[in-house]
Amino acid sequence: MTGGRKLLGHVALLLPPFGWLTVFYLGSLFALLLSAFWQVDSMSGEILHEWTLDNFRILATDSTYRVIAERTIGIAVLVTITDIILAWPLAYVIARKVGPRMKLVLLVLVALPLWSSMLARIYSWRLILGHDGVLNWFLRTAGLPEQSFAFTNVALWIVFTYLWLPFMLMPLVSALERIPASLPDAAGDMGATPFQTFRTVIFPLAIPGMAAGSVFTFAVTLGEYVTPMLVGGAGSEFIGNVVYSNVGVSGNIPFAAAYSMILLVVVGAYMLLARRFGAFDGA
Amino acid sequence: MRNLALWGAASAVLAFLLLPLLIVLVFAFDASSVQVWPIHSFSLKWFYATWADEEVRSALLVSLEVAGLATLLASVLGTLAAVGMNGLSSRAVQVGSFFLTLPIALPGVLTGIAMNSFFTALEIPFTMVTLVIAHTTFCTVVIYSNVMARLRRLSRSLLEAAQDMGATPFRGFTSVTLPLLSGSIVSGMLLAFALSFDEVIVSTFTSGSETTLPLWIFGAIRLGQHMPEVNVVVFAVVAVTLLPIILGQKLAASASRE
Repeated sequence: MTGGRKLLGHVALLLPPFGWLTVFYLGSLFALLLSAFWQVDSMSGEILHEWTLDNFRILATDSTYRVIAERTIGIAVLVTITDIILAWPLAYVIARKVGPRMKLVLLVLVALPLWSSMLARIYSWRLILGHDGVLNWFLRTAGLPEQSFAFTNVALWIVFTYLWLPFMLMPLVSALERIPASLPDAAGDMGATPFQTFRTVIFPLAIPGMAAGSVFTFAVTLGEYVTPMLVGGAGSEFIGNVVYSNVGVSGNIPFAAAYSMILLVVVGAYMLLARRFGAFDGA
Repeated sequence: MRNLALWGAASAVLAFLLLPLLIVLVFAFDASSVQVWPIHSFSLKWFYATWADEEVRSALLVSLEVAGLATLLASVLGTLAAVGMNGLSSRAVQVGSFFLTLPIALPGVLTGIAMNSFFTALEIPFTMVTLVIAHTTFCTVVIYSNVMARLRRLSRSLLEAAQDMGATPFRGFTSVTLPLLSGSIVSGMLLAFALSFDEVIVSTFTSGSETTLPLWIFGAIRLGQHMPEVNVVVFAVVAVTLLPIILGQKLAASASRE
């Protein structure tokens, strides 16, 4: 087969999938960019295709939107840190403490929640954190004071941490698996305490795994509006909620488009940062 | 001692991951119409009531249709992408993979509002068609990565042998490559179906007046209505999404043993 014909074969195969993506996805991102500079006629509710920076002016001057953006990014950071802490013991056990059979079982158990319904997983926390829920029953039975986390930012933090924990676990497990056993052994032979071995050998080598996991936990939390609506309270609005209500209720797509640009910028910047820590080296 | 603390912490995290799912499954059998723990009496009555609910049924139908159509389209697009990229330089594969992953890598609300502005700008009304287009767009990568992983393990010599025997590239593809890929395509389709069947964020922005099952659940929980039915539907959705996953894992495992 000649090189030219071979290339033609590749192009013929790739045309439908990449044509689809270019039209519907890049086209959509392009439409989003354009819409952000349009505005809605306040009388008719129609979208005016005239260039304006008004949406961005409102976003820059109205402190409400700054507070919401700060809350969104702050909670996404907090969730990422909590997931890193929670992922360590389980990832360490899966990667380095159990045999191959047990490892497979644990990996499937970790992946199960990820593939089961997200709404069901959010909803389960309403049943747990509610006033007459599972947690308060447990606390009462144990003779402890009851909690009232339902519909607060604490609930939001717990549920996000729970939802995206598998995203942190998976890459951390594969990063830990890649560390050859001889390295920590050598450190031990040279007289390092287990803690020193962990701090100077294992932890640094696991950083790319944590970076890769954090891209998911951070980006997914950032782009949410469902969880804040279902388990959050009055002060739990996310960027996504503003976007949601501007599209659904007030029909102001240009303003929603402009606000969602923050997500694009923040996620893009975070990915570049994570890349410096080796987040995409393992793929 | 240190080991004990490690195993204790690991078990606690695993419990944190799995217990909520168990709790939500148990509540489907709660006879009461308000959710209080511990559950006092168990019954199947809400299963009957939910099955009889017209709204739930039509939402289920919409979801099955959208997930079915999107999975079919995505299986064609994803397989073409994987087969077409196989053999290209690793740099080209990297760029292509990045592009295919974008719709699920970017925050859902961004993908949602972007597609919403696209259809609005072109004055395309929001119907089942827009819903299927949106779902196909983010499902394609699931099929693609499954098939790509299989292609990487596949030996090129099989295809070359077919060509040496005089098979045209097309003939080689249909009689050698495709049968070898079928396992990974099917397991990819199961995962894509589960992904679509459960999707709520992008759907909200592209559904118009269509209500998928996740949109029905979302609305019901938000308004605090039909909670016993929500329990049952959530039970069914978890069961429906878990089955393909387990089946898909099995298929993928047996495909890699071939």
